[in-house]
Formats: sequence, C-alpha cells, structure tokens
Amino acid sequence: MKPALALMGAWLLLVSTSPVVVTTTLGPKPVQLNLILGNTLPQFLSEFRFFLPKSSGMRPNAGVTSYALNTSLFSDYAEKYRYIWIPKGKKARYTADGVFDFPVGTAIIKSFGYPADFRKPRNQVRLIETRLLLRRSSGWVALPYVWNADGTEAELKRAGKRIDVSFTLASGITHSISYAVPNVNQCKGCHDLKGVLTPIGPKARNLNDGVQLAAWQKAGLLDSAPADAPAVPRFEDVRASVDARARAYLDINCGHCHNRDGPANTSGLWLDWHQKADVILGLNKRPTAAGRGSGNLDFAIEPGKPDRSYLITRMESLDPGIAMPELGRATVHEEGVALLKRWIGELKPAS
Amino acid sequence: MKPIRHQFVCAAIAVTGTAQAATLSVAPGPDAQERLQTALIEAKPGDTIDIAAGRYELTDGLSLDVDRVTVKGAGPGATILSFKGQKGAGEGLLVTSDDVVLRNFAVEDSKGDGIKSKGANRIVYADLRVEWTGGPKETNGAYGIYPVESKHILIDRVTVRAASDAGIYVGQSDQIVVRNSIAMYNVAGIEIENSYNADVHQNVAMHNTGGILVFDLPSLPQMGGHSVRVFGNRVTKNDTPNFAPKGNIVASVPVGTGVLVMANRDVTVFGNLIGDNQSANVMLIAYSQSYKDPKYNPLPRNVTVRDNQHGRSGWAPAFAPEGPPREMLGAAGIAVLWDGLGQAVRSTDAVTTFTMGYSQPGDGPEKARPAPVDLSGGSPLREPGRVVLPEQMEAAAR
Repeated sequence: MKPALALMGAWLLLVSTSPVVVTTTLGPKPVQLNLILGNTLPQFLSEFRFFLPKSSGMRPNAGVTSYALNTSLFSDYAEKYRYIWIPKGKKARYTADGVFDFPVGTAIIKSFGYPADFRKPRNQVRLIETRLLLRRSSGWVALPYVWNADGTEAELKRAGKRIDVSFTLASGITHSISYAVPNVNQCKGCHDLKGVLTPIGPKARNLNDGVQLAAWQKAGLLDSAPADAPAVPRFEDVRASVDARARAYLDINCGHCHNRDGPANTSGLWLDWHQKADVILGLNKRPTAAGRGSGNLDFAIEPGKPDRSYLITRMESLDPGIAMPELGRATVHEEGVALLKRWIGELKPAS
Repeated sequence: MKPIRHQFVCAAIAVTGTAQAATLSVAPGPDAQERLQTALIEAKPGDTIDIAAGRYELTDGLSLDVDRVTVKGAGPGATILSFKGQKGAGEGLLVTSDDVVLRNFAVEDSKGDGIKSKGANRIVYADLRVEWTGGPKETNGAYGIYPVESKHILIDRVTVRAASDAGIYVGQSDQIVVRNSIAMYNVAGIEIENSYNADVHQNVAMHNTGGILVFDLPSLPQMGGHSVRVFGNRVTKNDTPNFAPKGNIVASVPVGTGVLVMANRDVTVFGNLIGDNQSANVMLIAYSQSYKDPKYNPLPRNVTVRDNQHGRSGWAPAFAPEGPPREMLGAAGIAVLWDGLGQAVRSTDAVTTFTMGYSQPGDGPEKARPAPVDLSGGSPLREPGRVVLPEQMEAAAR
C-alpha cells in the first residue's frame, strides 16, 4: 500500500470511530431534480446526487430505492445494482403488460460491477459503469457514466468505452474480458420500441416476486399493486417449469429487440413473453438475414434438437458476426445456454 | 478529444430551415473509435461529418441516429474504416435515422454486415466501397450494403466484394434504386428481397455465385415482393462457388446463375447483357421450401424477360445432379430456365428456354421433367413503372 493511501485509511478509521462527526447529522443534499429534467448532459454522475458522497456509488441517497428483476439480462456476469427515483408526490402508473408509465422526473439508475471473486460477492466490488434513464418532458434519455479506477467519480461517456476486466466466478473460473460500455446509440439499440427510447426492465412481470410491487406501492412509487399481477420466474428457479424459465430468459435477453416493434423485428423472429409458440418464436424457422449466424443449420429452433438449433449456436459464439445478443457479451452464459438447450430438447418435434 | 466543429453558413440552409449547418472533421490517429463515434452522436440535423483520408482501425461498430446528416470521406480508396479488429456489434456502420447521405468512403472486413440502415428513409449510399479484403470466405460478413425496412433508397456507384451472403441487399423496403454499382465475388451480387418498387440498372454483377436476385420469403413482417425492374445490367461470369453458410436462402443458389426471380409478381428483366453463367442466365422459380404462412405466395407471377443480350449459358447446370442429368442438360445450354410454376411467366428472348416441369412448389430433382418450352406467346404483360425518388436524394448523389 502506498503511504498516502495508508494515511487515508487511518483517517477514515478515525472518522468512523469518532463520536463527534457533526457533518452527517445534517443529512445529505437531495437528488438534483433539475438535472434530471433539464436539457443538459451533466459530465459527472455525482452531480445528480443519486449516491451518498464517498460511497463509490454503493450507498443510495434518500428516496433512491433499490429494486431487482426476477430474471435479468445477462451482461458478462456483471452484478447489477438497480435503483429508481421518482419525484416526491408523483408515482408510476401500473400496467399489467408493458413498462409502467413513469412520471416526468423519474430516474432509473443501473450500476454494473464485479466483485473480485464471486465466492465473496460483497467484497471488493468494482463498479464499472452506471447507466441512467432519465424521464424528461421530451421523453426518456439514456446516459452512460464510466467509473474511474479509484471508484471516486463516474464520467459521462456518450461514445462508450472498452475496459479490461478480470473476475473469478463462483465456479472458480476466471475471465479476463474487454468489457464494452455501450454508446448512447447502442443504448437505444436495445431500449427502442417503435423508434422511441423506452425502459425494458420495470414491468409488472419482471418486478413481481410476491413482495416488491406492494413495497413500491407502500413507498409511494406505484399507484397500485394488484394481487393478480403477472410474473415471470427467475430463470434459475428450479421450482418453475423449464418452459416458463426459458421463456423468461428469452423475454429479457432477446425480447427487447426481437419483438414486433423492436430493432430486430425484420428478422421475423420474435422472442418476447407473449409470442405464441410457432414459427415466429423460431420453431422450424429458417434464417432470414442471419449470415454466418445460421451456423450451417436450417432452423433457429429445431424442436427436440438443441444441437441443430442456431439460436444455441449464436448464444455459444463470441464472434461479433455470429454472437447474440449483438452487444455486451464477451463471455458465454453457460447457465443460460444449458437452460435453453434443455428447453429445446424437451420441445415436441412438429407434426 | 472532440471533433472540430466548423461553423459556416451554406446555401442548403435556406432550404432546410436550420440556423447553421456545421462540419465535424475527424482525422486518423489514436482514439479514432471514440472521436468518430462522438461526431456521429454530436452531429445535429443538417451537419456533415467529414472523415479525412487515412485508415481508421476500429474496435466496435459505429452508429448514426441523427436525421439529415451527411457522412463523407475523401474517396472509397482514401478513407478506409477497417473493422479487422472489431470486438462487438453486428455491423460496421449502422444508420437508424432519416435523410442520411453516406458517400466517399470504404468499410473493410467487418465481422458482420458492412453498412446497415434500418428504418432509415430517403437514405443515399453513393461512391462507397465495402469489401472483405481476403476474398470470398465463409467467415466474411453477410451483407455489404444492407438497407432494410425503409422507404426511398438510393444506391449509386458503390462497389461490394466478397460478402458471404449478398453484396448489395435491400430487404422489406419500398421505392428503391440500385444503379451504376459493382458487385463481385459475393454469393449474391445484388438481392432485392420482400420489397416493392425497385429499379436495378446499369450495374455490373460478375464473379458472384448468382448475379442479381429478386426474392420473397415467408413469415416476415413485409411480404409479397412486387414491381421490380432489372435492366441495362452486365451480369456475366458468375463463377464463384457458393460459399454462404448453409441454412441461408442464398446457400441454395447454384453457381453460375445470372438473374434469379423467385416468388415475386410484376417483375421485368430487360436489356441486360447476361452471359458466361454455367447454370442459367435467367431463372424464374417458386419458393421450394416448406412454410406455414397462409399469407405467403411462393409463385412467380407476371414476370417478363425480354430484349436481353445473351452470352454462353447453362453448360454445367449446378442445380442438376452430377453425372448424366447435368451432362444432358448442359448439352442443351439453357439460357432461360423456368421451374414450371406460377402464372404469366413470359420470355421473348430468342434463346434456349426450358421448363423443369414441376407441378407444385417443393418438387425436387426426382420430379423434374426438363423440356424445351416456348414462353413467348400471348400479348405483352403489364410491366411495373419507373421508380422516381425525391429530388433531394438525386441531388445528394450527384
């Protein structure tokens, strides 16, 4: 340890054990609504005050509420820390199917990071980036902020950035990857519905884990939380059916592009939760503009035959000309591949 | 580092109504990826992004989502965007905004498609080169120039080489002109798929597997391809063995196919020079694979072939099984081949014309009853009209 850092450590120790730290009793300054609403591009994440000072983006400010999705998009095994902030006195309007109707001034905050070792997931977490979706009066705006190596500040990188990252999974396997922070166009590449930037995660079926919707309502974030709200399972939840788990996985990992109104609509391969199980879901569907993505196979999904389904080929590839999803994947999601192989294997061949 | 923004007033401003149009200049050097992408993000409608001559080694796909932006280089041999080291994204450059002009640069060795535009109306591709520099390989990207789901597309004076699917591919679009372009060493030179109203003319399609394809496929958002004119093109020596990954529709194109029309209506092939294609100069066929889409029509309908100049053709038709069948058909030297399916299929070219004698889509070679056929009878068929694009697109391409 360098002397300066050692000194800093000692100082922090002193402060945290001291009984006379008056500054904390004043409370942190509130989230900066004017920056969420304004027409500016704040250069630093700290300007918004979503996180407490000197917390390296790990401790949310008052009113910034942590939440989780049942099944989330695979992003190179990154841990994701999700938060939502809604201006006081306003709340989101519940809808059963799509994304909740969030009021102007809402901020959806998602940080991506890695513990050095997933066997100790709370230790030595390094945040890589924090993505903001801000609901301005003109619509949603996506801004990616990249953390510096010390974790003291995150800076706006609208053109994206590549960062070398190493981490060890719970299985003991170590990955060293070139992690890609998306540029703002790539943000829209996923968050696009009929050409309009839209959140993906905060839908009833993704949030409904039995308690979270009610908690949102109680916290004043949501106008209602019906008992019969739909839910998708966690993809790794063995108590749920393989079909539901696979469809949940496809919905969140693929369905944001592969749907009737999404960026991949012209493929005619739609993988969202509501798509019925037919050729449009990929069953015996031939490639359209897949190029090398076809993997020399005839069908996206050949029921009963995962090894003859190019949906699997594309999930198993790291080649940018083949890999799906196209962005944010420099590793293979072994657990996701295993689930979808099992699902396809259990599908009945077409009559 | 940010691109330099030169503010100036130009004549176009009065037309477009913007206060000022700017030029954002990008030069080669370190951080080219970030500087180029930053310019593409920060451009305002009406701006021009000027990419200086030189090589740009890029690690990720570039993208543009701002309307009315011109991206121009110093020439297709001078400004080279190389994606040899690409680590992410499905294409070299992606455009998702309207009224964009791309001209005077090259895209090389992208891992997926070269330049894709989706939902990008009134896009102009002019004086571009898209190339996989190692020549035809199955590991090359699929499409060179790839506009999809757009209205009004102009592709003028572009060159595409060695795409593992189609060099120039227009999909699910309407009002299309592809002209004065060169497609070589691709699987398909130029392909118009599930599209309406296209003029494909004055192009050169040589040394591909198939020269010019007009296709329609089932189970897609836009189907019913129609009103396509293929004229004044040179479609010769399409002799590159098919190197498309299997499963893709073009993997079924026989080497040595000139012009191939499949499952479309109102198509006219006229005034082309077509020759030295070992399978056939012109093929008119139905979609032959199984499908479950009740709205899909697999047949060619109202297709005219006339006034073409034919060279040697059909001496080794790759669609026929090797051995005696291929030798027998090869001896006939078929120039125009019809599979026997569809309605109002007409050819008045005075060349060897055969039918395969199929009775329904999906019939395989074992059902073939190849025989000479006269398709010249009857009164002339109605032909599609000329495609007229908005004048500002024509001006942008000049």
